[in-house]
Amino acid sequence: MTKMSNADRRQEFSLQLEGVSRRFGPRIICADVSLSLQQGDCLAVVGPNGSGKSTFLKMLGGLLRPDSGTISYFNQGQTVRREHWFSYVSLVAPDLALYAELTARENLTFFNKIGGWGKSGDDLLTLIDDLGLGGRADDLVGTFSSGMKQRLKYAAALVKDPPLLLLDEPTSNFDEAGRAIFIKILNQCRSTGIVVIATNDAQEAEFAGQQVVMGG
Amino acid sequence: MPGSKSSWAVKIVAVLVKDLRAEYRTRYAVNAIFLFALTTLAAVSFSLGAGGIPGHYLAVLFWIILFFSALSGLAQSFVKEAETGTAVSLKLNAADDAVFFGKWLFNLILLLGLECFLVPLFLVLLNADVARWPLFLGVVLLGSLGMVSATTLIAAVIATAGVRGALFSVLALPILLPLLVPLVRVTEYCFLADSVAGSDELTVLAAYAVVATVVGWLLFPFVWRD
Repeated sequence: MTKMSNADRRQEFSLQLEGVSRRFGPRIICADVSLSLQQGDCLAVVGPNGSGKSTFLKMLGGLLRPDSGTISYFNQGQTVRREHWFSYVSLVAPDLALYAELTARENLTFFNKIGGWGKSGDDLLTLIDDLGLGGRADDLVGTFSSGMKQRLKYAAALVKDPPLLLLDEPTSNFDEAGRAIFIKILNQCRSTGIVVIATNDAQEAEFAGQQVVMGG
Repeated sequence: MPGSKSSWAVKIVAVLVKDLRAEYRTRYAVNAIFLFALTTLAAVSFSLGAGGIPGHYLAVLFWIILFFSALSGLAQSFVKEAETGTAVSLKLNAADDAVFFGKWLFNLILLLGLECFLVPLFLVLLNADVARWPLFLGVVLLGSLGMVSATTLIAAVIATAGVRGALFSVLALPILLPLLVPLVRVTEYCFLADSVAGSDELTVLAAYAVVATVVGWLLFPFVWRD
């Protein structure tokens, strides 16, 4: 099979939802959602707490299946098999954790190796520095504050240069410097891929060109 | 497919090294299985006294201690991922094969480590003599392979369940029972100098190990992803 560079992979990637519905018991999370996202698109999933924004993101990432309808990833016009979706998507979310008993560098090295992303040790260190964690690369993640963990989640998400970046409550636990990093990453990723933000913060939602409103 | 700059083996080893490193720093599973094995062996030893225990009972005791010690720890590698929230990170970054075989190798190393600790203690405390060492070591190895293959898949099943408490033992017992029966029988031959080992049981053990590994590998994506 022909290998693609990360840049090619992002340019050729698109995401399509057709009639996607999901419910938890009697509660409807989403009903008959259809949309198509291409490189450069940024979608905000908005709604009050408990409206199903995180569930919707998990469906987009392949962690949950919709009750009906289809979600499809396309690469160079070809449908991507579901078991390979993980190669195309990164998620930053409150209920996603990194390994507390490993250092920041060990976490990123692990994700780099199991994904086969071919980043060098220097690349990973640069990523850690860019996220404002310089000097803490060899500290155990368990000793990090919640804001530092959130920054490291972004670093882990960016190791694979994802064509699809899913951000659930993207600035939770961030200080002002962290928010600036979020904006920088958002601009960088949406110029080369697709970004989906789940938020109930109006300012964050404004970054997106499209919105999906989840019911209360 | 993208992200193929590491070979399959490198990805498996990455999962294994990550688990070994985390285990070395936390002793999460090691404490559970070694302490369970030690206390159970001590209880058995004090209850029965040393010496004069028939070979059949030695074989039964050996595998019961090993079986329940293993059950207390082999699920931890998956359960911990689920409980700490790292399972989502793993699902979004690793191929299913790498996760299954990385965890499989980790559990095998854990179980072989336990056996290196348990076997000498068992033989000394219960004053047992092994008449056929090569057969005994072969049986222990085949038993470990079968046990690890079955329990790795069961651990993945219970890690996705909401209530994990006794689920592992409940699910493992019926699946491991067909393994335990021939294991006890062949181990009994190892303790008795005047008996003849049955090749049928060895074939069953080898077949169980192969089938459990292949079935575990094939079913794992459905358990892990859905």
